[in-house]
Order: sequence, then structure tokens, then C-alpha cells
Amino acid sequence: MYRVGVIGDRDSVMGFRALGLVVLVAETREEISAAVQEALRQDCAVLFITEHAAVLVPDELEALRLRKLPAVVPIPSTRGTLGLGMEQVKETVKKAVGVDILGFDRAPEGKETDR
Amino acid sequence: MAEIRVNPTRMELLRLKRRLVVARRGHKLLKDKRDELMKRFLDVVRENRTRREAMERQLAAAHRGFVLARATMRPEAVESALMMGSAPLMLGLDTLNVMSVEVPVFLPEPQDAARSDVPPYGLASTSGELDGAILALRGAFEGMLSLAAAEKAAQLLADEIERTRRRVNSLEYILIPSLVETIHSITAKLEENERGARTRLMKVKDRLVERAVAERAERERLAGNA
Repeated sequence: MYRVGVIGDRDSVMGFRALGLVVLVAETREEISAAVQEALRQDCAVLFITEHAAVLVPDELEALRLRKLPAVVPIPSTRGTLGLGMEQVKETVKKAVGVDILGFDRAPEGKETDR
Repeated sequence: MAEIRVNPTRMELLRLKRRLVVARRGHKLLKDKRDELMKRFLDVVRENRTRREAMERQLAAAHRGFVLARATMRPEAVESALMMGSAPLMLGLDTLNVMSVEVPVFLPEPQDAARSDVPPYGLASTSGELDGAILALRGAFEGMLSLAAAEKAAQLLADEIERTRRRVNSLEYILIPSLVETIHSITAKLEENERGARTRLMKVKDRLVERAVAERAERERLAGNA
């Protein structure tokens, strides 16, 4: 059995306590990377992290990206979204397709891509 | 293109030809795999995008709800109400096989309906806004969980696509051309050897004929003298 973790500033993540998630309040770089380790230790299969926190520890999150677990998902904080989550989706497309087709949802079906 | 260094023998040639057949078949298969992966990937990533948009909207609404709750209650009361926490949410995990890529599927343990509707805090010291905010957050959370699965699936598929593409390209642009070139050069060398052998035979024959002619001339000369 796995748990679900949330990392971010107090106001953004406290509400998740009521849902029974593992809530880790962290704001500085060190706190956040400690929180990520703690979440891994507690067997979190899904780790939500506010975008404002995610930008501070890009390397650690990148390392988790290729692992099967956990799924790290950036979420908007109370201060709104930085567009990081969408950016990451575009990065994924770029990696797979080879070009940054910005309007990737309009890409023609079964488009032949060699690179 | 670098050709493979091997002895230019007929045996090598046969071996290389067989390797070329295998390489071509592998190339075709991998190319098909890449195309199919790409098709699946585009579906997943499209879903990923719409789910993320929906989730960001829902979560923003839930955040607004909490702001409202903090406005109607003392902040410490909100804190302490939330501090109560609730029964830990457990997550089951299943995997789905998409083109031999293992993709996780998250299954939240069903919490019994009665408990999930009742907030984990006392109702006396809290406001209705807090209940509403938590309800909104619960709604957003379902979307967040399915987004997590879709996002992970997209990332893992992208990774596999990249790997497959590298393999296809290395077969197409490195291995197959170098095999073709090596086969060509061995064929050329064998033919060259054959031509060399033939000319050598012809030369030998010429010399033999020359010698025979000279011998006969010598015999005739001796016979004439006698």
C-alpha cells in the first residue's frame, strides 16, 4: 500500500490533511529537499508539489521523473500557477516527438516523425 | 561510413549477409513499435493536457475556498481543525502494460461513504466555508490523482519512444549501411582476387606456350642441322 504526499507552503497544502494525505510543509530549498526524501521514505506513490516549491529543487525532481514511482506532479499553489506543469507536459512532448510542437493537441493523427 | 574489419572470405560474406537480413527485420519491427508508441503517446499526452487544465482550475477554486474559510474563522481555528487530520489515505497500485511499457494505475482505497462526508474536525468551532473548501479540495483531488497517472504514463512513454528512436536510427544510419558497405567491399575483393587468379593463369599459360614454341623451334633447328 502506498501513500500520497504533498509538499509546499503551509497555506497551499494544509487542506490536504483533511483528505488524509502526507502533508509536508516546506518553503526553503533545504526544507523542500528534505521533504522530498521524507516523502520517498514514507512510500509515497504520488507526490504533489507546489510549483513554487518545485522550481527550487529541479534536479531532484528530474531524477524521479524516469523512475516508475513516485509520480511527481507539480500543482499550483495559493499564489497561482507558474505554468511549470504545462511546461513539463510540453517538455515530454518535445522529448518524444523531437520538436516542440506547441499546439501539440492539433498535431495530425499518426504523423510520421523520424527524429 | 566505417566498414567492419573482417577477413574478405566467402564465409565472412555469408555471415554478413545473414546479419544484414536480421538487421533489416529488426529495423522494420522497431520502426513499427516506434510508430505505435507515438500514436499511444499522443493520446495519453492529450489526455494529460486536458486533465491538467481541469485540475489547475479545480485546485484554484479550492484554494479560494480556503481563503474564504480563513476569513470567516480565526486562523488558529482553521489550523487546529486541519491538524486533526483524517484517516490516512492509502493507495493501491496496479500497472498497465502499454506497448511493454509498465504504466502505473493508482487506485485510492475506497473510504466508507459515511466517514468521507463527515469532516474530521468538530463542527462547533468551524465554519461552513471550511467544509465547502474541503469538499472542493476532495473534488479536485480525484482529478489530481488521475492526472498523476496520466502524467507519469506520458513521461514513461516519452522515454521509451526516445530509446526506440535511437535504436531505429542507429540501425538505419550506422549498422545497416556499414553492413552493406562491408558486403560490397568483400564482394569486390573476391571478384578482384578471381580476376587476379585468372590473369595469373593466363600469364602462366602464355609463358608455357612461349616455352613450347621456343623448344619446337630449337628442335627444328637441330633437325635442320642434322
